[in-house]
Amino acid sequence: MALATPHKRGWYKRNEIAISPWLFLLPAVLFFSVYVIIPIVQSFWISFHEWDGLGEKVWVGTDNYERLLTNDRKFGVSFWNNIRWLVLYLLAIPAGLFIALFLNQTVRGIRLYKSLFFFPFVISQVVVGLVFSWFYLPREGLLNAMLTFVGLDTINVLGDPSMATYGIIAAGLWPQTAYCMILYLTGLNAVDPEQVEAARLDGAKGWKMLWYVILPQLKPATFIAFVVTIIGALRSFDLISVMTNGGPFGSTRVLSFYMFEESLSEFGFRMGYGAAIAVVLFLIMLGFIAYFLYSMWQDEKGGR
Amino acid sequence: MFPTPIQKTSRSWQLTYQALLPLALIMWLLPLIAVAIFSIKPLSDFSQGNYWGLPSTFEGVNNYGKVFFESDMPRYMWNSVMITVPTVIGAVALSCLTGFALGVYRFKGNLLIFFMFVAGNFVPFQILMVSVRDLTVNMGLYDTKLGLVLFHIAFQTGFCTLFMRNFIRALPFELVEAARVEGVAEWRIFWFVVIPLMKPALAALAVLIFTFIWNDYFWAVVLTQGPGAQPVTAGITSFNSQYVAQYHLMSAGSIVAALPPVAMFFMMQKHFIAGLTLGAVK
Repeated sequence: MALATPHKRGWYKRNEIAISPWLFLLPAVLFFSVYVIIPIVQSFWISFHEWDGLGEKVWVGTDNYERLLTNDRKFGVSFWNNIRWLVLYLLAIPAGLFIALFLNQTVRGIRLYKSLFFFPFVISQVVVGLVFSWFYLPREGLLNAMLTFVGLDTINVLGDPSMATYGIIAAGLWPQTAYCMILYLTGLNAVDPEQVEAARLDGAKGWKMLWYVILPQLKPATFIAFVVTIIGALRSFDLISVMTNGGPFGSTRVLSFYMFEESLSEFGFRMGYGAAIAVVLFLIMLGFIAYFLYSMWQDEKGGR
Repeated sequence: MFPTPIQKTSRSWQLTYQALLPLALIMWLLPLIAVAIFSIKPLSDFSQGNYWGLPSTFEGVNNYGKVFFESDMPRYMWNSVMITVPTVIGAVALSCLTGFALGVYRFKGNLLIFFMFVAGNFVPFQILMVSVRDLTVNMGLYDTKLGLVLFHIAFQTGFCTLFMRNFIRALPFELVEAARVEGVAEWRIFWFVVIPLMKPALAALAVLIFTFIWNDYFWAVVLTQGPGAQPVTAGITSFNSQYVAQYHLMSAGSIVAALPPVAMFFMMQKHFIAGLTLGAVK
């Protein structure tokens, strides 16, 4: 029998194309469920309990949320700081575009310049935080050395509750701007030269050219820059932990930091309350995630 | 090309631009340059208030020697390597499989699973923290490198899947179809047809994940605690409390901690940038 009929082939052989994707997906889906999907559900569940991480969980209903929203001053401070982060972090996008436009030339050594400008993004946020906290040091810091040099008063950025958060955001903008810059540099590479030439013949230049011809073509880059910047802003934790540890007087806390503090504080673990904070942060993020996915879905519909 | 190529502009602007470039770069990297200078200064410079002048003597060898031979830094560095490398291998391997499954097959739930990975990748870490910490403690993996590695692999699979799937989508599908007509088994198509075409994606993803994981701090403090398992990002804080206010040593320590991803970036620059953008901007 040289010709095997479909019946004689094994069950797997007959259904190979239907089964294969699931076999390929199995290990990753398993891993991802255990470490990402299930924990999200569990966090929701834990947020309705009081729990020290060791003993029994005690059901408290919506108590944690009521306390968060009605009489927790720390939560309010953290929430508004998150909003500050979100809004100010977006400055990385125009700043990155600006540097990208500045560097989008072909002169000697420009490649090295581009990589060196990108440098801050490759360094860990912990080191960025350390570097900036030394930069801001009231007596020894370079910032104040420069301020004195131009005849201004010295400032203690990280010691002043009204300035500290902005000081940290500035530190965060440094690597984030570098990231946006590289996205735009790649985007600019893909800009259609013929359109630019055509627009130039029509007399477009400078801002008009940028706004009507270049930016529309950079839309994919802008979208990614927007996504990574929003996520970066809401994930801000390392810098705060390293630079001020939430202080002075709790003025630099954000939700992600406050959650960590409540859950693993020296004064006993309050996992339930921490989980409630995390849920609030998650819900804020969910709005953005939904938007990102919706945009991706719109693109997908056009594809294969 | 936009903006107008410098070669087509006036001579004076060309000269200004050439002068502006290094100046802007120095401004941009000023905080880093300051730390680099700190790290080669002797202690006496700081006690005499010579913060911003040139180093009075070159103490680079001494300072870095202390970091390498008289502190826990080498252990932290080694931990980082032992956390980062397995994670890179694991996450890239898993996402090759998922990328292939989601990029090649059409089946119900394809897009749903894909979006699950993408959405999971965007989630704030804190929503996972309590459960993942609990899970790790229960498995007896708290304060071990393996505990961190397992979590990192799982979480990074989200991003890697996004990347790999989009890359495989962009490959010519006819190759897979031709192989099927020949009667090649699916896993052989994966191994012999698709994987060889994915080399650039593998390289890009590997450098990128290396940097992400090396620089992770949050999970390091949540899942580990002492020099036995902590990576260098977390170790640097205990290093700094060992040498409080000795800026020359703290600077040297920070530079050492930051160096591996920087070296990786400069060696694999092309792949790195492709990685950052290819997964997204095509």
